[in-house]
Order: sequence, then structure tokens, then C-alpha cells
Amino acid sequence: MLKRNRGSQLLASILVNAIYAMINYPIVLISTLLAPFSLLIVITFVSHGTLLPVAIAGALIMTMIAAGTSMQQDLSHLKNDFKLQDMIISSPTSAVTYLVGMALSEIVYSIPALVVLVILGAIYISTTAIGYLAIAAVLGIMFVFAVSLGFLLSTLTSDVVQSWAFAGIVSTILSALPPVYYPITYIPLPYQYLAYLSPATYAAEIIQNIIGLTAFSGTTILADWIVIIAVATAVSYIAIKKARWREN
Amino acid sequence: MKVLSCNNISKSYERGKYALKDVKFSIPAKGIFALIGRNGAGKTTLIRILSTQLLPTSGRATIDGIDVTRQENRLREIIACVPQEARAIGWLTARQFIVSYLMWRGFSGSEANKRAVAAAKKLRIEHYLDKQNQKLSGGTKRKVLVATVMASEAEILFLDEPTTGLDPISRDELWGTLMTLKKDHFVFLTTHYLEEAERLADKIGILDGGRLKALGTLDELRKKVKYPYCVKILSDVKIEKPKVGEIVKGVDGHYQIVTTEHEANRISRKLISKEVRFSMSPLTLDDIFYYIVKKPIEEENYAEEESR
Ligand SMILES: Nc1ncnc2c1ncn2[C@@H]1O[C@H](COP(=O)(O)OP(=O)(O)O)[C@@H](O)[C@H]1O
Ligand SMILES: [Mg+2]
Repeated sequence: MLKRNRGSQLLASILVNAIYAMINYPIVLISTLLAPFSLLIVITFVSHGTLLPVAIAGALIMTMIAAGTSMQQDLSHLKNDFKLQDMIISSPTSAVTYLVGMALSEIVYSIPALVVLVILGAIYISTTAIGYLAIAAVLGIMFVFAVSLGFLLSTLTSDVVQSWAFAGIVSTILSALPPVYYPITYIPLPYQYLAYLSPATYAAEIIQNIIGLTAFSGTTILADWIVIIAVATAVSYIAIKKARWREN
Repeated sequence: MKVLSCNNISKSYERGKYALKDVKFSIPAKGIFALIGRNGAGKTTLIRILSTQLLPTSGRATIDGIDVTRQENRLREIIACVPQEARAIGWLTARQFIVSYLMWRGFSGSEANKRAVAAAKKLRIEHYLDKQNQKLSGGTKRKVLVATVMASEAEILFLDEPTTGLDPISRDELWGTLMTLKKDHFVFLTTHYLEEAERLADKIGILDGGRLKALGTLDELRKKVKYPYCVKILSDVKIEKPKVGEIVKGVDGHYQIVTTEHEANRISRKLISKEVRFSMSPLTLDDIFYYIVKKPIEEENYAEEESR
């Protein structure tokens, strides 16, 4: 039997979904670079610059969430319009290998934006080394959550209309509700509860506390960590177990 | 010898409606097997079950002893599939597509590229390797897909309607490809072009309404029809009962008379004198297919005044 190269299997997804797309259509680079900056710019100007560090952190969180949304859209497209998923199922590539490879491809796709945001973050966000690590961990957890959800949903869609419907609902819940670009206290009270429907809200609270914008208690922050870790673990577990790979 | 066998495979997508019903057969896993049937016959359903994309509602299938439903990971090591309506990803070049597929299967990038080039040369599409898939013609697009699976190490290839929608010349070229493929692969294909099965297949299965109606080599299928000639009447006219042979009526109102050469000649002469449009030829797979899929019509449906 052929000795299968695991690195190749992951690289294939990255090539198809990121690198080849960028090589064949360089304009893709500009669009992915610009994606996170629209709200960043608005928030910064409206707050006369005071919210710039938060907005940078917010843009980083949103980039992670957006990776999940594009994962869902990309995989739905590949599955429904090219029947790629069926080709992959009837091959030695497992669902998990495909999921991980595609998740990495979304990171690669976001590299232009991430580089700029990280540089901005290094300049405008001041915290300790532990603080930076914690921010990175929060972003990593949000990424795992978002791409797992994107993968799960993509396997459930059978055409582009369904795919758009899922994407619309998910991005409203994950991007419009949570106060990632400003503190949650800016939201009038009854609506704050609504924001807590989104895992991104908990991620934002942790990061905003690190930056020093808010001063939530240690227990609140601990609870935030527990929520995001639990949600990411649960969603990735469900994605691996319940994604519609072989149909029945 | 390797064998593909289905043991009472049934599939029902909705309660009470069967896309496949008790499909049971066993064939050597070599050469080309063509599954023919009209749209909705259940061909895609069967190919998806055998290539581990879909679970049957009941029944078992094995390929070379490997259980399709329970040992899917072992089977996936040795199969590859081009689904119906699969397309090579549009924004990639043909080479990028083939190489990525091979890398997904675990080949290194350089090995994948070597194999992609070799397969493209065999199919004579090497000049298109660096063109974007979406800019290729329909025939070349299909060849890219076939090259993709044939470049892999898979011994068993499932191709769901590989030539549907191609012009006759492209189809002919793809047939040539499939003939070379079968030298070192087992090719399981579906088609509704009977000529395709006739030209390519070592064994043919006829699927209709989810049931396997017949299975065998072309010669074996020919023997299912007791007569070697066929007269097809292309308009809905009253038909004389043949002296020997059988008459079947198609859904479109056309008649098919299977009979001896002698009787076919006699009927032809009569039809010419009446200026009825018809065709007469030795039995083709088309005729066999229509014969097997549609039952002979009842006695009372013969036109009375025309007989004798
Ligand atoms: N996903 C599905 N859900 C419900 N019915 C389906 C599905 N796929 C196929 N069918 C039905 O099953 C039958 C067989 O379909 P299919 O296997 O695609 O036939 P073929 O490939 O021979 O055209 C058809 O009646 C079709 O409508
Ligand atoms: Mg079909």
C-alpha cells in the first residue's frame, strides 16, 4: 500500500483554497487584505482614536470569525458546484484531514490581513507577554470554533441558496451582535443579553480586559474562558462526528 | 479473482419509495462494467453506495471481499470516483487540479506532478495542463477529470455518466481513453448511451426503476431476446401481428418487433408498400434494452383488421 504523506494531504487543501487562488487571481490578495479594515476605520474615527486598540483586537476576532464564514462558503461551493466532497469521500482523505487542511487554507488566505493587524496590534496594544499570549489563545479558540461551524454547515448544504441562508444567519449572530469593536457596556441593558448569545462576545470581554478598556472581575473573565473553550470544543466535536460526510 | 458483489442492496430516500430495490449481482472486478438505465433508474444511487458516499437502506456489498458499508476506510484506499456532474475546479489549471487531487491522496507534490503529466499525455491533453479549467471545452474538461482519477494509484474507478453531454467526437475520444484505462483498472461506469456500453463494456447491467433487470455480456443479453432482428416502427400506426416474433410498445408510442431475419424482411416489404416509416437492423443493445425494460404488449392490443 502507498505510504501516504500527511503533509501533502493538508497542503492540497491549502493549495486549492488559498495559494492557487492567490496565484491565479492576485486581486484576491487585495480583497482579503482590505476585509477587516472597514469597521476598524469607522470605529477609530468615530471614537476620535480612543477605541483604536479595541478596534484592532476586534478586527482580529472578526478575521477569525470570517475565516469560518468563508470556510462554509468555500466548502459549500466546492461540494455542490464541483462535487469535490464526493470525490474526496471516495478517496483515502478523511473528513478530519480535509477539515484541518481547509481550516489552514483559511488562515493562509487571511495572512495579508493578519500581518497588518498584528503589526498594528504590536504598536497600539500595550500589554504584558502573558497578555499577548492570552490574546493569541483567544483568537486561536475563536478560529477553531468558527471553522468547525463552517465545515459542519457546509456539509449540510446542498446548494448555494442554502449556503447563503446559513451564512447570513451565522454572520448576524457572530458578527453583528457581539461588541467586539467597543465595550459591551455601550449596549443598553436588555440588549446586552442578546450579545451574550454570541461566543465572540466572551472572547471580546477577555481581550478588552487585557487591553485595560474594561475591568471585569476575575470570575467573569474565568467564566468567559470557560464558555469559549467549551463552545469551541463542543462545536469541533460535533463537526467531526455529525458533519454529513457519507450520507445515509 | 477479484469480485464485486451486491447482496440485496436497497435504498429508499423517502419512506416507501425505493430508488434501488433488492439489487443482487456478482461480477469480476476487471475490465469495464457498464450500468445502463434511463434517468432516475437508480444508477447514481448505486454508484454512490459502492463508492462509499452513501449508505444503503439495507443489503450488503463487497468489493474484493471488502465490505462497502463497514470497511469503507480500507476500500477508499483503492478506489476513486468521478461523480455525475463533477467539474474540475474552475479557477485552477488542469495541472493544479490533478496535482491537488493526488496530493489529497497522499502523493508528494513532485510525484503528483509527474503522474499528472503522464496521465495527461496518455489522454493527449498535455497542452491544456496549464490552462484554467473553466476555459477548456466540455470534452477536455471531462478528460481532465478522467486523467485525475487515472493518475492516482486507485485500481477501481467509478465514473458516473462520464460522457453525457459530449459531442460525438469528444465522446469517441473519451471512449478510446476508457479502453486504455481498462487495461490496468476495473472501471465501473454508468451511462444512458447504449452504444457506449456496447462499445466498451465487458459486462452490462440493465437497471430500471431501481431493479436490476438483466446482467451479462452483450452476447448473453442478446440471448434474452429470442430473435436476432428488430423492426422499429417510428409512427403510431396499427401493427400487423408478426408470424414469428414478438411485439413491444414503447412509452413514446413506437413499436418494436423482434423477429427472424426472414420475417423482418417480409414485414419491411409490407411497411414500404404502405409508406410507413420504420427501421430494420440486427438486434442492437438499444433493442435489447427496450425489450427488457418494456414487457411485450398483450394480445388484444394488436390491430385486428391488419392480422392475417
Ligand atoms: N437525494 C435524494 N433524495 C430523494 N430522492 C432521490 C435523491 N437522489 C435520487 N433520488 C431519487 O432516486 C431515484 C434514482 O435516482 P438516481 O440514482 O439519481 O438515478 P439515475 O442516476 O439512474 O438517473 C430517482 O427517482 C430520484 O429522484
Ligand atoms: Mg445519475
